[in-house]
Amino acid sequence: MSATPLKRTPLYQAHVKAGARMVPFGGWEMPVQYTGIIEEHRTVRAAVGLFDVSHMGEFEVEGPGALAALQRLTTNDVAALQVGQIHYSLLCYPNGTIVDDLTVYRMGDARYLLTVNAGNIDKDWAWVTEQTREVKDARWRNASEGTGLIAVQGPKAEALVGRLADRDVTRIGYYRFERGTVAEVPTLISRTGYTGEDGFELYAPADQTEKLWTALLAGGRGDGAAPIGLGARDTLRLEMKYALYGNDIDETTNALEAGLSWVVKPAKGEFTGREALEKVRAEGVRRKLIGLEMTERAVARHGYPVLKGEGAVGTVTSGSYAPSADKYIAMAYVETALAGAGTELAVEIRGQAKPARVVKTPFYPSRVKKA
Amino acid sequence: MANVPGNLKYTREHEWAKQEGDRVRIGITAYAQEQLGDVVFVELPKIGAKVAATKNFGVVESVKAVSDLFAPVSGEVVEVNGELPQKPETVNQDPYGKGWMIVVKPSNKAEWDQLLTAQQYEEFLAQGGH
Repeated sequence: MSATPLKRTPLYQAHVKAGARMVPFGGWEMPVQYTGIIEEHRTVRAAVGLFDVSHMGEFEVEGPGALAALQRLTTNDVAALQVGQIHYSLLCYPNGTIVDDLTVYRMGDARYLLTVNAGNIDKDWAWVTEQTREVKDARWRNASEGTGLIAVQGPKAEALVGRLADRDVTRIGYYRFERGTVAEVPTLISRTGYTGEDGFELYAPADQTEKLWTALLAGGRGDGAAPIGLGARDTLRLEMKYALYGNDIDETTNALEAGLSWVVKPAKGEFTGREALEKVRAEGVRRKLIGLEMTERAVARHGYPVLKGEGAVGTVTSGSYAPSADKYIAMAYVETALAGAGTELAVEIRGQAKPARVVKTPFYPSRVKKA
Repeated sequence: MANVPGNLKYTREHEWAKQEGDRVRIGITAYAQEQLGDVVFVELPKIGAKVAATKNFGVVESVKAVSDLFAPVSGEVVEVNGELPQKPETVNQDPYGKGWMIVVKPSNKAEWDQLLTAQQYEEFLAQGGH
């Protein structure tokens, strides 16, 4: 075990004061729950929840070579991004497995922001700077420490952020952003999230993040706004079948078997992992990340074997009771031939085969604003 | 501090045991359900099964954790709370009442005296509970 002390976000004291249960997560001391995971999950689906995601990392890259650097590093086509637009993307190794998943923001003509997973900040920083050493005129800056990040998610998120913002946030489309102020704090207002609900992710200077948090909580009180921990963040994203790095995707899973071909754009030209992924695409994936519904009460968890008859045909990557779907659900890699919806499988739980069925996903309808 | 009724006995694994005539009713403590968080799955033995003191007799799972249940005393299971698998949240709502798990007919009366008293269990919790 590493003896490195856990890092704290600018909202650490606010969480402790609110009675949150703090746990280690990706090197950070984070709130797993405030009142209870299921209650918090329902708050987000029914009203609006506030998530401290300040532990996420932010890298900026700027200069005439920034586009070339990102085209080489990431799988999605950065040339297609307009200023003010965001896309989901991947950093891949040469063999097509995943360094990290991330969002890329086009901030200006030759300026981009990358948001990466908290537990991968050091690894990613080493990777992006190393891999683009030969790209001229691209200056990198690791802005992770100075940046706070609050996700505001739920059907009442737009009204809440709208009341506190200096602009009409209803005009910010899905995967678009604007810079403005929220509660007088300079904020990058991004219409993104990880819950399947409409909402925003608000980037603010670290030293003003608590001011923003407090104003959002106070401003949303009448709407039932509440702080939401990592526990509900996990059940919310699982109902959408959004991948979580370290659980569902990692350095052993390739982008195509993870179902992320929609962000792999070989037509854009060369990028790290392209050749390997083109080969996988031509040969067909051997396994697929699918959604499972347990047909009896049983909680499938990360690492449990997936069975067909007596034989192991895959592995569970995430699983939980799903509060909104009111089902026991899981994500798992299974052999491609068994990946079709309706296939009857089983999950081995404490030595017993518990029946499960491959289902279409998401497990619960998404309500993000695509228009 | 978590609720610790004085009329019950306890284990260091956070089960409670209640003497009811020649039988013992068993569940998990208020502290245990708080630590677990929302309980979403309970697996209990069948009536007639034999359980052994300090040995696993079932499983309780919350959203985040899997936790084994340990029998405070040895004996035969004579009652099982059949409502819990359908309503696992009862364990959170009423751990000492409707959230009970099994009733055992003890086979070794001496084991009762090995269990913690309420005062001993409270001291154990005050020291961190593990």
